Amino acid sequence: MIKYIIKRLLLLIPVLLGVSIIIFAIMRVFSPDPAGIVLGQHATEEKMVEWRAANGLDQPVVTQYVEYMKGVFKGDFGTSYYSKKPVAKEIFSRFPATLELAFCAIIIASVFGMSLGVLSAVKKNSWIDNMSMVLSLVGVSMPIFWLGILLIIFFSGTLGWLPAQGRIETLLRPENVTGFYLIDSLIKGNMESFSSAVRHLVLPSIALAMYSMAIIARMTRSTMLETLSQDYIRTARAKGIVERKVIRKHALSNALIPIVTVIGIQLGSLMGGAVLTETVFAWPGIGKYTVEAIMKSDFPIVQGVVLLVAFIFVMMNLVVDIIYAFLDPRIKYS
Amino acid sequence: MSEAQMNENKQGKLEKPESEIKQMWSALIQNKAAVVGMVIIGFLIFIALFGKWLMPYDPNYADLSVNKQPPSVAHWFGTDEQGRDIFSRVIDGTRVSLVVGLTAVSFALCIGTVLGAIAGYKGGKIDTFIMRLMDIMMSIPNILLAITFMAALGRGIDKAVIAIGLVTTPEYARIVRGSIMAIKDSEYVQAAKVIGNSDTKIIFKHILPNVLSPIIVRATLGISTAVLETAALGFLGLGVQPPYAEWGDMLGRARVFIFEAPYMLIFPGIAITLTVMAFNLLGDGLRDAFDPKARS
Repeated sequence: MIKYIIKRLLLLIPVLLGVSIIIFAIMRVFSPDPAGIVLGQHATEEKMVEWRAANGLDQPVVTQYVEYMKGVFKGDFGTSYYSKKPVAKEIFSRFPATLELAFCAIIIASVFGMSLGVLSAVKKNSWIDNMSMVLSLVGVSMPIFWLGILLIIFFSGTLGWLPAQGRIETLLRPENVTGFYLIDSLIKGNMESFSSAVRHLVLPSIALAMYSMAIIARMTRSTMLETLSQDYIRTARAKGIVERKVIRKHALSNALIPIVTVIGIQLGSLMGGAVLTETVFAWPGIGKYTVEAIMKSDFPIVQGVVLLVAFIFVMMNLVVDIIYAFLDPRIKYS
Repeated sequence: MSEAQMNENKQGKLEKPESEIKQMWSALIQNKAAVVGMVIIGFLIFIALFGKWLMPYDPNYADLSVNKQPPSVAHWFGTDEQGRDIFSRVIDGTRVSLVVGLTAVSFALCIGTVLGAIAGYKGGKIDTFIMRLMDIMMSIPNILLAITFMAALGRGIDKAVIAIGLVTTPEYARIVRGSIMAIKDSEYVQAAKVIGNSDTKIIFKHILPNVLSPIIVRATLGISTAVLETAALGFLGLGVQPPYAEWGDMLGRARVFIFEAPYMLIFPGIAITLTVMAFNLLGDGLRDAFDPKARS
């Protein structure tokens, strides 16, 4: 197993190299010259030449890439064209916000998605099944950003129950320990901060979770239906085992592998959804920051974020494969 | 034909079995959800084709004297911040969304099919190279890659098609490769090789027609993804540009009036959801219809 994990981790290198080449090519070969965007339309040609030289953009693209990668291997991802701060620092100061949102979303998506899927399969063709499948269909068809807008209109505008924007009320921001406001406020025992952080998290988490919840519900339903028709389930029922136990212990535990796969893939893809959700809810995470960086041609930030997101995506696939082995002892990696 | 066979045919005892396509079609039209999807798609195509005559106003005509009007008899869906009729703009947006969705999928399908076919049929180093490239592209979330492409290429319908097409290409390449690998060693492909057919002919004439079903299903579901991504790009201000009315762009521009004029954000969203839902319903229906197990 350890050999397998090491092998998979080594495979990360070519993938991340490939990602860096693709994103470098898009940003440096096809994108418009950032000098005009960063310095503004009134910048003189002289200043632009100076700026390009200072940022290494006057070098051939291949040289720029080699220099960039040399830095990456040393942990230096460059500096932002605007803030002049190191990319890693800029990204990691915003990363906890995105992670907190993504974790809450995946918890909501997994709990509700699996519950809906199991209910649908157990009550096949009933009104519960029909309702949950309609909900799933709407969930996969509705744009994340529109759902976010609807939630804001209803829960913030009409009812006034929950905040529409931001991560926490400014004055209640907890002292930074982990960067996760929920955890930091609990560590400091500040329940007012905790409550504010929870209230700010509810709407964006639901918006981000909806698509994944729908996918998980659909997958859970179909795998549960297949599992429930197996002989061992009939045997368990014939033995007189309580139905709830049959479903939870015999059916669900055997249907978990494809469900875990979907959850893993969804956690990876939530990073994409975060780009839109964070924009709608003005959530100060890397999704919103990336959109701003792309618009402003802040190349080093975009390159850093894409590398990080690709790393997370590939790591999630590895974690899912490792979880398989725990869920099904028949699966052995070598 | 012998007399005995003719008699049998006349009496209908040895009827030709129903063709595969007929079986699929009858399975598809028995699926209520798929029929609903087809009806909605038919309706959307009708609007896209004849919308010009259905629009009560010019979708780009701005009249500031009636800006931000709520839905009324004069303006069924209300007016936007420039006083443009939202109903007319939603109708106009149907054409843009369908055109971008269909062309982006066609673009991705063409490139993905060629790459997948070469990878699956040739195998070896070419396969490894193509599929690793596809894996690399798939490790970047579609929307992030599409935004980056749009920022580099600039805005416009053609650029949106290219960006969405490129980011969804790996999905088709994977499906085609998998399907080809499953049948490339079958007897009829070997026979086609033995009689001297070229690789291109074998791939496009003998193999691809036999692996069409997963490709069609993916392409139908892919249209819904493409419509969603077009809307997302438009929402972020990177998609189709004026004078075209585009649903995502309408939502993005109306966002600042979320509490002042929420109706501006309702109808374009319904249009996107309905379109995506229709293609999802049809895609699911096609998947069941192509699957003999589900059909039975």
